[in-house]
Amino acid sequence: MSGRPVWALLSRDLRLAGRHAGQSLLPLVFLLAVLILIPLGVGPGPNLLAVMAPGMVWVAALLSGLLALEHLFRPDLEDGTLEQWWVGDHSVMALVTVRFFSHWLITGLPVILIAPLAAQMLYLPSHAIPTLMLSLLLGTALLTLFGGLVAALTLGTQRGGVLLAILIFPLIVPVLIFGAGATAAVADGLSAQAHLGLLTALLVLALTLVPLATTAALRLNIE
Amino acid sequence: MIWTTLKVGFHRLGTPLVFHRLSTVLPPWLWAGFVICAAIGVYQALYVVPADYQQGDSFRILYVHVPAAWQAMATYMVMAVLAVIALVWRIRIAEIMAMVSAPIGAAMTLLCLATGSIWGRPMWGTWWAWDARLTSMLVLLFIYLGIMALYAAYEDHRKGARVACLLILVGVINIPIIHFSVEWWTTLHQGATIRFFGESTMHPSMLPPLIWMTVAFKFLYAAALLGRARNELLLQDRSRNWVKTLMLKAT
Repeated sequence: MSGRPVWALLSRDLRLAGRHAGQSLLPLVFLLAVLILIPLGVGPGPNLLAVMAPGMVWVAALLSGLLALEHLFRPDLEDGTLEQWWVGDHSVMALVTVRFFSHWLITGLPVILIAPLAAQMLYLPSHAIPTLMLSLLLGTALLTLFGGLVAALTLGTQRGGVLLAILIFPLIVPVLIFGAGATAAVADGLSAQAHLGLLTALLVLALTLVPLATTAALRLNIE
Repeated sequence: MIWTTLKVGFHRLGTPLVFHRLSTVLPPWLWAGFVICAAIGVYQALYVVPADYQQGDSFRILYVHVPAAWQAMATYMVMAVLAVIALVWRIRIAEIMAMVSAPIGAAMTLLCLATGSIWGRPMWGTWWAWDARLTSMLVLLFIYLGIMALYAAYEDHRKGARVACLLILVGVINIPIIHFSVEWWTTLHQGATIRFFGESTMHPSMLPPLIWMTVAFKFLYAAALLGRARNELLLQDRSRNWVKTLMLKAT
């Protein structure tokens, strides 16, 4: 197997995202909108917002990540590209993994880059910002993996969107707990090592098993 | 030789007609087992077992709460085994049994959460706490609901069942988390007092009704599972010949 299909898919995904830059950045706008609503909803007091900031940034990041998941496989299923993945001698699991990576580059990376701004908006102590970004690095990758699996599972249904949100909820609970927990720990002057360690372990586990399960789910929906 | 007999028996069980006969004959006996065990269990729990020295009479809700919690997790493990059978050997009866198990498991989880909440109000002073045991049980409820929703969203029953079986296997990871949640984290929920290996820390006088109620819940699950699986099978095969013949014979 050569690396050619892998690179072809990656450059195609990134080029498509570049051509539809406005659409690709919509989840990010949604993220900022949620973050603006929070101080308006609970009141602009810096003390309260600082306490809530880690959890709120995380919840907003997960919600905005949810928006893009519908586009992970569905357009390719509808125009028949997905079926082409099974034609040829390349590994479908490799293609699935590349799709996850390109999706993360498009939806996950911007969230991490905008995290310092989000942190400032909610008065998160500045020494917690590197941990917030590190935990979001692990968290957005996990969201892409779990979300991709759920997107593959719901691919054959008509109303994928709502179902996606329900199915991803139980999977994403540990990610939220440890991710927001890491940031909150550092904001309180504690060590985030345990939280980040558990998140990393979860990511390694997910990286190993999720592409396998996603490939199986995709194949079921191609049949 | 024995292996071959077992294999043949297993495959016969997977045929709709044999399964239908089995799921028609067995449930009345299973319901009877449930009623008898539950009657003994409830009587012992309410009249024989002494009141707790700290919690008074309110601890008696344990005899519903704990068996429901165990059954909620046991149901999931049964579903996981059925999901493997369904995905590897593509046996349709296994798919159906896994799918009809989900609402039963969800009901058990809900019962566990509700009784726990009612118990928690007088003992902890709160209906709910966001501790690890309670949260992981709530996650289990949502996994059950997700499996049901995913299966229902597919028009093709077999495709929906197989996709949902994949989801069941992904969700298995939650079961050890529930089990060990009281050891890994500091929780408001108490630790395990019943042990299969080594000595239980529950007083022996309080144990018999718990065993009766646990067995009763197993009967309840088995009866409900077979009854629901039979209905689902008949519904899916309603235009097949074997069902038509059966129904004509019945009238």
